[in-house]
Amino acid sequence: MKLPTVSDIDSRLLFALRMADSAVILAQRLCEWCGKCPAPEEDIAISNVALDLLGQARLWYAVASQHDPQHRTEDDFAFLRDTRDYYNVLLVEQSNGSYADTLARQFYFDSWHYLLLEQLTQSEDNSIADTASKALVEVDYHVRRSSDLIIRLANGTPVSKMLIQDGLHRLWAYTGELFIGDDHDEALALYGLIPRPDSLQAPWKRWIAEVFNEAGLPLPAPQTWMQTGGRQGQHGEAHAYLLAEMQCLHRSHPGVRW
Amino acid sequence: MVSPIDQHVQVWRRLASIADPEIPVISLVDLGVIREVQVTADGDCCVAITPTYSGCPAMQHIRDAIEVSLQSTGLRTLKIETRLSPPWTTDWISEDGKHKLKQYGIAPPHARSTVHTIDTSGLRRRPLSANQSVECPQCGSIETRCLSSHGSTACKALYRCSDCLEPFEYFKPI
Repeated sequence: MKLPTVSDIDSRLLFALRMADSAVILAQRLCEWCGKCPAPEEDIAISNVALDLLGQARLWYAVASQHDPQHRTEDDFAFLRDTRDYYNVLLVEQSNGSYADTLARQFYFDSWHYLLLEQLTQSEDNSIADTASKALVEVDYHVRRSSDLIIRLANGTPVSKMLIQDGLHRLWAYTGELFIGDDHDEALALYGLIPRPDSLQAPWKRWIAEVFNEAGLPLPAPQTWMQTGGRQGQHGEAHAYLLAEMQCLHRSHPGVRW
Repeated sequence: MVSPIDQHVQVWRRLASIADPEIPVISLVDLGVIREVQVTADGDCCVAITPTYSGCPAMQHIRDAIEVSLQSTGLRTLKIETRLSPPWTTDWISEDGKHKLKQYGIAPPHARSTVHTIDTSGLRRRPLSANQSVECPQCGSIETRCLSSHGSTACKALYRCSDCLEPFEYFKPI
């Protein structure tokens, strides 16, 4: 499969943006639940996870700034780029759906995120390693929570089992992208800055298989065609609406500060 | 003329009086947020801080509070440096700090395990502290259970005591 090329961009800048963008888009999606979750404890928990991700996005945007010839700030990156210049994985921009869909998305993301951050703490680049070390201790809690919830929903009522199974099945096609690298990833991996995306696939599959097994859920079919393009700036229609909502205030008042 | 050593001591003393914005009984020094203080003979000061959680909304307030508290200490310049590495850990909270947390009604964190591994054993309804039960800060019972690993702030989890039936928060080991 041939991925579109992201050209005219420093690979280190692109990697930092990929990390930051996935975190910020997911944080934005989770914030849509604020005040609307099925239980107060869940509302608080999901907001806290969103807050962690938002903080991590800020740290990654700071890394991106270091490699940006335009010296853009976190606000410039978050609020003044359009959809084609966003490099988040497709998984995180999927609409929230039911609470079970949201938890399924979170589980797939957190498990990959943890494994990636674990490898990044060994990066030859100190700013990547330091940022990853900070994020890892937080994501440790995220992945435990989301894994636990898959099991709890699957072992809950017939309805909860059906809903979580449905969500996990529907989002499966977005998980492939997490492990497909392009030329930029190859270059960075060659210098020991990041792990090759495909190297995370086996440990990730082992992890989700354990959780699925304990939950009594069947694993989705392995040969499913996978959606790609998010990491190359090609997003679904919903992404533009998400950015419009997220960026509207900042764009309405250029240069304004708190 | 204040000697650099005296100024150094004075700066630490001022920093020790800055309370955490969320938990007013514990200081930034107790929390281990202040990592290092350097004062040159010319009065140039650098305070190194480590953020607790990436998204902690109190960090900006903490920076402002440090600036305000170190005014009128005769420093020529003040630089606040944020250090990400090594990442902040609850192991840096002083014993005195832990004691103050408990008195305030927040269960202090257990020692953080040194290895971050994903461990699925007993995942279902696994307690937050896998090996140690959390003591109720109200009645002292260890018959407590975790309601949510994410509590009112990023750093705390929500627990309930099965004996006195009161809810309380647990400062999460990280």
